Amino acid sequence: MEVKNVRKSFGQTQVLKGVDLRVDRGDVVAILGPSGSGKTTLLRCLNFLERADEGTLRFDEEEFRLGHMSKRDVARLRKRTAFVFQSYNLFLNKTALQNVTEGLIVGRKMPRDRAEEIGRRALSKVGMADRMNHYPSQLSGGQQQRVAIARAMAVEPEIIYFDEPTSALDPELTGEVLAVMRQLAGEGMTMLVVTHELGFARTVSSQTVFMEHGVVVEAGASREVFEHPREERTRAFLQTDGRAEGKD
Amino acid sequence: MLERLYESVPLLEILVDSFPKILIPGLTVTIPLTAIAFSLAMVIAVAAAMIQFARVPAAAQLCRFYIWIFRGTPLLVQLFVVFFGLPKVGVRIEPFPAAVLVFSLNEGAYCAETVRAALEAVPAGQLEAGRCAGLSYLQTMRRIVLPQAMRTAFPPLSNSLIAMVKDTSLAANITVVEMFRATEQIDARVYQPLALYIEVGLVYLLFSTVLTWLQHIGERKLSAYEYREG
Ligand SMILES: Nc1ncnc2c1ncn2[C@@H]1O[C@H](COP(=O)(O)OP(=O)(O)O)[C@@H](O)[C@H]1O
Ligand SMILES: [Mg+2]
Repeated sequence: MEVKNVRKSFGQTQVLKGVDLRVDRGDVVAILGPSGSGKTTLLRCLNFLERADEGTLRFDEEEFRLGHMSKRDVARLRKRTAFVFQSYNLFLNKTALQNVTEGLIVGRKMPRDRAEEIGRRALSKVGMADRMNHYPSQLSGGQQQRVAIARAMAVEPEIIYFDEPTSALDPELTGEVLAVMRQLAGEGMTMLVVTHELGFARTVSSQTVFMEHGVVVEAGASREVFEHPREERTRAFLQTDGRAEGKD
Repeated sequence: MLERLYESVPLLEILVDSFPKILIPGLTVTIPLTAIAFSLAMVIAVAAAMIQFARVPAAAQLCRFYIWIFRGTPLLVQLFVVFFGLPKVGVRIEPFPAAVLVFSLNEGAYCAETVRAALEAVPAGQLEAGRCAGLSYLQTMRRIVLPQAMRTAFPPLSNSLIAMVKDTSLAANITVVEMFRATEQIDARVYQPLALYIEVGLVYLLFSTVLTWLQHIGERKLSAYEYREG
């Protein structure tokens, strides 16, 4: 997946000022940056929750113009991707298992038994096998986010977008979600992760992108970015601990 | 024994005699009128609310216009226009269907607002999550957003239903022999307005009480996915 020159304005304010980004198959790319730098907006544009004003998207061998996507292309691409939200957004009227199977049965017309089998396997993988019939309101934040990750995995997406998956969680619950993500990365899942967890970015992601004010300030192999940041801004951000600065 | 009691309290005989004559039109006219009109109103309300929620061009404006008209004019006027007015332009509708038509359109307008507000109250993330999970807009609305909205809308809609049972008495004015008109007819013969109108009032109260009770059962069923301690 590769995007070039993504631009997006809300009214007068330009939030994305020409962002380029590339994620190869099997890569885990972390996006860091202070609050308000446009990270969420970028992810939302990539999954068409927000319509970018400009920019191109290459997905596999296909090219799309982000400002002029047809509904069919949007629907088709969405079936090849998955999204994990900061606020989980589990379907509140569905159990954990139904949350996972909904996209399979309704979105992809899979027979119920097969979908439930996949759903159970996905939930076991995130350690939620014993909570399959619970409603989101009966689960803790960390549990909800793990179900959300199971929901994302179950559709066998080619890439999963994560928007600060742990920043709504207490520190104790953050760990359980990060562990699941780490495991997913280990299995070769392609992931694009907006995060304030520097530890996760440093140890799990292969690439790190630092964004500020709607532009990519620095991008490269995670080890390079963390150990030898080229830009002064990146260095300052990493030193002041992104957690404190970027939490939103 | 009953005879003796009637002799000393003649009013009681009238009340007992009239009771089935009031209750039966209640069961055969008031309740069917309410049930049919409210079901149609729900269909109209959900459709109008969804069209506005999705901001369908032109259709959304049309819905606003419809709601404006039916909320902005008295129910009684609407009944008269349809039943007494429309025949002037060659549209003749029988009393009962005319009442069904007016009540469903009027109730539909109010309930459309209730349902629309409930749709707006569903967190935007629910719709977004549905789309990201590969559901179409309509699938997401039907399976995720609408069920949650109907949970929110259930108490106010129950309220509207209870109000409607009582409002059907207005259909008496267009010659529908429902509970109230049946009472009027009895009163014309025996002239006991105080007793008879209190009696019919109590039957309405009975109907409303049953509905309130059904509402509580419904709410308990619907709250299955809401967190309750223990
Ligand atoms: N729907 C919106 N309407 C108007 N402004 C928005 C909207 N969404 C985001 N913004 C603005 O865009 C900027 C970037 O936001 P966001 O992408 O959420 O940043 P980040 O995720 O990096 O914190 C912020 O200044 C925010 O106020
Ligand atoms: Mg954000």
